[in-house]
Amino acid sequence: MSGVGTVSAQIAHFSEPLHLKGGGVLPAYDLVYETYGTLNAAKSNAILVCHALSGHHHLAGHSADESGNPTANVGWWDNIVGPGRPLDTDRFFIVGLNNLGGCHGSTGPASIDPATGKPWGADFPVVTVEDWVDAQARLADRFGIDAWAATMGGSLGGMQAMQWTLSYPERVRHALVIAATPKLSAENIAFNDVARQAILTDPDFHGGHFYEHGVRPLRGLRLARMLGHITYLSDDQMAEKFGRRIKSGAGSYGFDVEFEIESYLRYQGDKFAGIFDANTYLRMTKALDYFDPALDYGDDLARALARARAGFLVIGFSTDWRFSPERSRDIVHALVHNGQDVAHAEIESVHGHDSFLMDDPHYHAVVNAYLKRIKL
Amino acid sequence: MNSPFERADFDLIASWVQPGERVLDLGCGDGSLLRRLIDERGAKGYGLELEDAEILAAIANGINVIQGNLEQGLAGFADQTFNHVVLSRTLQTVRHTERILGEMLRVGREAVVSFPNFAYWKNRMAVMAGRMPVSEDLPYEWFDTPNLRFFTILDFESLCQKMGLVIRERQVLDDAGRAVTEEQNFLGSLAVYRLGR
Repeated sequence: MSGVGTVSAQIAHFSEPLHLKGGGVLPAYDLVYETYGTLNAAKSNAILVCHALSGHHHLAGHSADESGNPTANVGWWDNIVGPGRPLDTDRFFIVGLNNLGGCHGSTGPASIDPATGKPWGADFPVVTVEDWVDAQARLADRFGIDAWAATMGGSLGGMQAMQWTLSYPERVRHALVIAATPKLSAENIAFNDVARQAILTDPDFHGGHFYEHGVRPLRGLRLARMLGHITYLSDDQMAEKFGRRIKSGAGSYGFDVEFEIESYLRYQGDKFAGIFDANTYLRMTKALDYFDPALDYGDDLARALARARAGFLVIGFSTDWRFSPERSRDIVHALVHNGQDVAHAEIESVHGHDSFLMDDPHYHAVVNAYLKRIKL
Repeated sequence: MNSPFERADFDLIASWVQPGERVLDLGCGDGSLLRRLIDERGAKGYGLELEDAEILAAIANGINVIQGNLEQGLAGFADQTFNHVVLSRTLQTVRHTERILGEMLRVGREAVVSFPNFAYWKNRMAVMAGRMPVSEDLPYEWFDTPNLRFFTILDFESLCQKMGLVIRERQVLDDAGRAVTEEQNFLGSLAVYRLGR
């Protein structure tokens, strides 16, 4: 089945200052986005898809890469978006964007700070899930969308989908919260901090102002990604995919790449370090760490979620140990406690946290069944 | 399992639910009972279900369904969240019988339980003839039945007494879904109870 075909990104410029939760102000900013399908006359068929830590606006279809090949880049969630797919572009108008602080075209640490004429670097503010949702609301205004038919996302994207129901209860009719958590555990924060330390202690980081030195903290970013990648997979999946296999012949009793898992992680680390921005990585992990909607409600998630008006679909995955299926249950039970509408599925999958990106027939059928219920 | 005949107990359960009440259906399947309680009785319904295919069907049916195993109890559901907690034709498949009954009355004010009566005369006849019973309410062969526990109306009520559960109402149906009022443990194929503390 073919997807949405060739797509190209667009940029929306916002000149009204955005006040951030952390106290800073962004005087003006750009958001890069893609859309798929057609917004109906009532503007009632729009779905916002929020991205996770390393994601961006290019959800679906093919777009050009740096070398100009017009179809080289396939969207990161292409398997779920398109005609006849769960996010059916014959029925819905889908919006994907790159969040503030990102490194794929929206204003971020590598952008020029108008006050100095130099890249923001370390001076780019720490942005939160709440700030992203505020920025996304302005993008909705730009489209004339009063209320999303649904907000949706996996992992950090699921947190944004949830935050929408709290920041703008009247502007979201359904929230699809997938492989997410209402807050990070100490262990989650610990992993994030080791990743940050890898970047912050890289001599090429230069306190975040590496752009003007003409270098990038590739070693730190690579380590951060290698560590993160381990937490996205499951033990069983790694055992099946790599086991203890050695790349060539017997062990060399040295420290070069030997086991296939080492080779795989180094490849993933190198690939990521080549395209991602270290300052963005730091900010994305901080946004994860700070997310905690129950904090202002005495750690009572039910009270925090009480103001939501949306219906929820909450999905967890059996082998996800980063945001375990129990965390999805926490969200479900809080909503049930409040008498709010929620459907929940716990999908059997070997792919760990990354399961939300996989083309699993049952998982996609659940999303499809839920979205089909939405009246436009 | 959704024909009008097979779901005669649904009529009874529906008559016990008042508009606006919260109902939790344990082992809700595709959500047929909840759909009916929502549409006909104006209830606020939730279902717990284990099977993937049923979860999918219940979501398509517009049901607030939660995937989970009731054998693991109802941890996560707060005390006294529901007006009614329903266990329809499922108690005989549950291993932890006392725990689930206790959990139902922890999270709900009333437990609604239906089960096939093993002492129904046709079942007795089958055993007298030397075979395990297969009937409308016990529709499985011995080798493929999901049922773990075979018990009668008298057995169940003796457990209720032991656990200190109050029987608020008992309705008994024959295998055509008609009410049975006399000799219920002999003439009744399906028993439906409202229990409280």
